Amino acid sequence: MLEILAERFNYIPIIILMMIGLYVVIATGNLVKRLVGLSLFQTSVFLLYITIGKVFGGAPPILADYKADDGYGHGGDGDAAYAAAGDHAAPAVDQVAEHATEAAAQTAEVLYSNPLPHVLILTAIVVGVATLAVGLALVVRIRESYGTIEDDALNAADYSLETGSAE
Amino acid sequence: MQFLADFLPAGIAMHAPALIVVIPLIMAALAALMPNGRVAWTVALVTAAIVALLSLNLLGQVVSEGVLSYHMGGWAPPLGIEYRVDMLNIPLLLLVGIVGFLCVIYGLPSVGDEIAENKQALFYSAFLVCFAGLLGVTITGDAFNVFVFLEISSIATYTIIAMGAGKDRRALTASYNYLVLGTIGATFFVIGVGFLYMATGTLNMADMAAILEENGHNRVTQAAFAFIVVGLGLKAAMFPLHVWLPNAYAFAPNFVTAFLASTATKVAFYALIRFLFSVFHPDVSFVEMSFVWLFAVVGTIAMVVASLQAVFQTDARRLLAYSSVAQVGYMMLGLGMGTASGLSAGLLHLMNHALMKGALFMALGAFALNFGVRRVKDLAGMSKTMPASAMAFTIAGLSLVGVPLTVGFTSKWYLVTAALERGWWWAVAALMLSSLLALAYVARLLSAIWMDSPPTHHGELTQRRLAPWMVLIPMSVLALANVYFFFHADPLVWLARSAAEAVMGGN
Repeated sequence: MLEILAERFNYIPIIILMMIGLYVVIATGNLVKRLVGLSLFQTSVFLLYITIGKVFGGAPPILADYKADDGYGHGGDGDAAYAAAGDHAAPAVDQVAEHATEAAAQTAEVLYSNPLPHVLILTAIVVGVATLAVGLALVVRIRESYGTIEDDALNAADYSLETGSAE
Repeated sequence: MQFLADFLPAGIAMHAPALIVVIPLIMAALAALMPNGRVAWTVALVTAAIVALLSLNLLGQVVSEGVLSYHMGGWAPPLGIEYRVDMLNIPLLLLVGIVGFLCVIYGLPSVGDEIAENKQALFYSAFLVCFAGLLGVTITGDAFNVFVFLEISSIATYTIIAMGAGKDRRALTASYNYLVLGTIGATFFVIGVGFLYMATGTLNMADMAAILEENGHNRVTQAAFAFIVVGLGLKAAMFPLHVWLPNAYAFAPNFVTAFLASTATKVAFYALIRFLFSVFHPDVSFVEMSFVWLFAVVGTIAMVVASLQAVFQTDARRLLAYSSVAQVGYMMLGLGMGTASGLSAGLLHLMNHALMKGALFMALGAFALNFGVRRVKDLAGMSKTMPASAMAFTIAGLSLVGVPLTVGFTSKWYLVTAALERGWWWAVAALMLSSLLALAYVARLLSAIWMDSPPTHHGELTQRRLAPWMVLIPMSVLALANVYFFFHADPLVWLARSAAEAVMGGN
């Protein structure tokens, strides 16, 4: 049992975060705190994706024989900077042309980490930010028209409206 | 069908799968910049018309050439994003395109009445984003892309539902609750996609299916299946996960309710079918088990319980919203039979239900537009004060019950036939019971409309008021479609059947 957990230690904090987030969404009556829980829940999924992308012993996924026009130039500046800082073996991006073939021969054996989950998660982060923004905007409007952001008080206000207007 | 494939220039037809999503997105930005609501509405109308034409063109192309695969940006699948049009998603594209177009026509008077003038342009912009998102979910062949478009449409939906706050502040809490549940649903879905990606190393749905078939299933794919079913079930308002729907439909602007009721949950349900049948295979033991023990059972419970809840509602739109949950139950039952005839009956009901609910919510919107009514008892005497709208409401209401001469009868007939083929007598009994309950709640609405006399103001009967023609035309088209497709059931039945055969291989 302990071994199984130790082999998958990266998932443990993710699951804990996920459960805390989901619990906050369910347990709290405060609309803002509920959004905090929702963000926590979403963020744990981002981490799940990031952890999928890790390959043990894998180098940052920057092609050594980088050429601007060969269609692989979409890595982005962030990744390039990371490669330069974190991996001394990675050749500089502006490698002169005669070294390119040699470098290509080297990269054939290099093991790369999987960059795709990171790209997916960039999109998911944008989605998460947009959701949070819309949610907070709604909370502002709810506060303006009800004067409270507590679930119980909102339900009570709606209920009295319903029973009041039913007759 | 050939003329449908040929009526657009070849250059446009070739890129139609991309254009059908890209045009509404670009037009959404354009609509936001428009000076007033009327101009923004024109933009929305033109966009919806273009989308409807493109969907017809895609139908022609799919029928004459088979499955269309469009490589987004020229990157070939499975690495690139593929837009894929086949017989399963073409009915949904047609539905969203054509019903969307009718809803936009209806929108001008309805939105003009309910949304503040300075917010109308932004409202249409958000609507177009939602529209693009729904089309994107339908057309994409990439699992992560489904998530992105699902959230594009959902986030836009939250805002346009909240716009109902001008009439009733409960729209805000309804929208907030939908946001929380919708986001949980989307996150569950994306966890499921992540697990599938772990198991297969690809995001292209066709490629995923091929790898899953080759490698077989394990605990990871089972977990993925559970997360995807719950996530999409939340979006599609499958029975125990439907709690966000009644309030969202009851307090959203009428235009939004008419549009969402006939498209949004349908598209989420399509995505569910796509995953169950195309990515996972119905022959896999745990998928097969979920059909019988999850979809059929929960669908049956939904048909009865949600109909029962509908009977006791005081708000007319919330009544129909509960009825929508029950109708999703019919579709789940059809899906749960796990046979081609069951699935095609479910899909047929999906299309027919869009026709009924579109007309019903539009008619309720017309009543609200002229008299500001929303409760069942306030509908009293509408047959005398608004006869044309009352007529359309009646036809669609009878169709909802499943009275012969309407499409509701056709799809229930196919559902019963499919259930009998499978030997499920209890499902037939549940269908009958649910139809009786539907009769009960529709009768409440109809008796108020036809039997009660109009309210009096200072001793005078309320005057007859005609709804604007822009409300009457789309409403009548949908209501008459309910009758027309009973007598000419072949096109819809053919669409549903070829969709089921496309994913089941026909049996």
